[in-house]
Amino acid sequence: MSEVIHAGQQDDHHDDHHDHGPDKGLARWLFTTNHKDIGTLYLWFSFAMFLVGGVMALIIRTELFQPGLQFVNPEFFNQMTTNHGLIMVFGAIMPAFVGLANWLVPMQVGAPDMALPRMNNLSFWILPFAFGIMISTLFMEGGGPNFGWTFYAPLSTTYAPDSVTFFIFAVHLMGASSIMGSINIIATILNMRAPGMTLMKMPLFIWTWLITAYLLIAVMPVLAGAVTMMLFDIHFGTSFFNAAGGGDPVMFQHIFWFFGHPEVYIMILPAFGVISHIIPAFARKTLFGYDSMVYAVASIAFLSFIVWAHHMFTVGMPLAGQLFFMYTTMLIAIPTGVKVFNWTATMWRGSMTFETPMLFAIAFVVLFTIGGFSGLMLAITPVDYQYHDTYFVVAHFHYVLVPGALFSIIAAVYFWFPKWTGRMYNETLGKLHFWLSFIGVNITFFPQHFSGLAGMPRRIPDYPLQFADFNMVSSVGAFIFGFSQLFFLYVIIHGIRSGTPAKARAWEGAKGLEWTLPSPAPYHSFTKPPKVTDEEVHA
Amino acid sequence: MTTNAQSSEIKRTVRKLCLIVLAMAAFAWALVPLYDLFCEITGLNGKTGGPYTYDPATTSPDTSRLVKVNFITNTNQGMVWDFWSEKGGVRVHPGELKEVNFYVKNTTDRVMVGQAIPSLVPVSATQYFHKTECFCFNQQILQPGEEMAMPMRFIVGRELPKNVQSINLSYALFDITEAMGDAAVTGG
Repeated sequence: MSEVIHAGQQDDHHDDHHDHGPDKGLARWLFTTNHKDIGTLYLWFSFAMFLVGGVMALIIRTELFQPGLQFVNPEFFNQMTTNHGLIMVFGAIMPAFVGLANWLVPMQVGAPDMALPRMNNLSFWILPFAFGIMISTLFMEGGGPNFGWTFYAPLSTTYAPDSVTFFIFAVHLMGASSIMGSINIIATILNMRAPGMTLMKMPLFIWTWLITAYLLIAVMPVLAGAVTMMLFDIHFGTSFFNAAGGGDPVMFQHIFWFFGHPEVYIMILPAFGVISHIIPAFARKTLFGYDSMVYAVASIAFLSFIVWAHHMFTVGMPLAGQLFFMYTTMLIAIPTGVKVFNWTATMWRGSMTFETPMLFAIAFVVLFTIGGFSGLMLAITPVDYQYHDTYFVVAHFHYVLVPGALFSIIAAVYFWFPKWTGRMYNETLGKLHFWLSFIGVNITFFPQHFSGLAGMPRRIPDYPLQFADFNMVSSVGAFIFGFSQLFFLYVIIHGIRSGTPAKARAWEGAKGLEWTLPSPAPYHSFTKPPKVTDEEVHA
Repeated sequence: MTTNAQSSEIKRTVRKLCLIVLAMAAFAWALVPLYDLFCEITGLNGKTGGPYTYDPATTSPDTSRLVKVNFITNTNQGMVWDFWSEKGGVRVHPGELKEVNFYVKNTTDRVMVGQAIPSLVPVSATQYFHKTECFCFNQQILQPGEEMAMPMRFIVGRELPKNVQSINLSYALFDITEAMGDAAVTGG
């Protein structure tokens, strides 16, 4: 199938490059240096991790269905909350975006492949080992990480289970993988764009990933430093975070969040890029305010470095510090607001249709904005003293990460699915998946705002009776949402196996170089640089 | 695929990016001394400074105001010693030298080493709280059942901001026997 279309429509690409299709069997995936193969590996890996993290979430929600301890003991519950967070952040969301970048960056900038194909292979294949190590700690004596995904010292040093050393090593591996992936993406974007594609003509997915990749190489070494200091404290008798030896546990929080806050934008900026492709395609208009979108992303990235202490208002900070971090945090609402208004303006008076990717994109705009508003509430220092470490925080970050980052990934999968596979998924099934997810996600996380405001602390296996109803609703929603993602798997497999053949430009309103390639896209994207026409440029 | 010119461009980009990675790794480690320095200058983490030299000739008490200094003692991370201060608090004039006794008692049947870590609020007073002598400047090695009185002498600086009327000084006592090793215990 692939070869027929390939040969028919892209003869010129083959003239100077009589190569090979992919290898056969397992070797293809182990040794591949092809950006599409690696992108596919990343996406499937992240989906597998998403299911693992999802099972952990369901264990958490099962225990919280009723007050009292029914299914798991508190020690195991702590391991579940910790690993759910770590796996979803580092194993599901981040690799999924890297997978999208692998598939799309070369096609969107008009390059044959990534700049550093062999390093690309390495940066993927590190990940299964990293997560193999991390998940194996759950079966070790003393259990796996149980100190929360933020691994605050001294919980993660003095009081940590012995397996923490494996956790540290796994984090090092994930960091190495992310840094290599980012270097690759930046090198591709800066050096391999087709002639005529100036920076301000780049598609927004490229812009957002370029900036995300810079964030990654800036903060991943800081995370590596933090876990290395933990390692020294645990095994070599240093006192970086040990007050008894003159260290300071609060310093851990500063170093962690200096990494951690840019990290949350690492998980959302590529989502902004995806949404900026999908909404114009289905509104059949060009994106409103391209330049302001680019500047907004850049300013969010800059601000992300100077707001970290808003995660730690309650550690005891002087008034000046609290004011500084409160105001800088609120400033982020301005560029983010610019983006939301631009998406809305793009839809305004467009000839909109509501295929599955568009539904997910619109849900993204609405629900991410709700998450943004609860973020603004948390930014207000005096009230943060009430919200800190409650379910309100849990509701906030799940609103920005699940119907935010995750919905954008799902939207991207539906949107570029025809380009990747050459087939169309079943629209009815896709829409059903959307509505199940949309309803499930809101039933799960909306009540958590209320239980949080009423004072329910996060990371607890048992809770007072007055939170019972909210938790029961939340657990029901979690199961609806969780199982509708298995349905997503079915929709995808069904599409791959028996979808109808897709056109090169699978969506009539879609613009960009990737849609000039046949569907499915040939194994090597652009062996000759394509002509960048105004038609395909978003600006 | 990639032309020669392109691949040398890519190499140059990669080299620059690796430099950023190295610089940020170095920055992560530099944060440790920077954090300490920042806290020392601003007093933000409430850690009081080292031994202070007191010159009675140049320092006279400011008798126009009194500041309440409260003492809090607690043990941390499973430290089993008894630890208390002779008074819950004292009233002092800024610039006046004051002495307060703290006590520790090793309630176990083995030799142990303790280390007290001070912390002070409000942090705006940290820089003006001077100690000429403090048990927190060194470790305490106590025999089984031994009790020890530990004097702490301090001066609240005359420059203390006018709005500070009371200061809470807290000591957390840690068991550092293991960290010190057997040599320290038997040697002491």
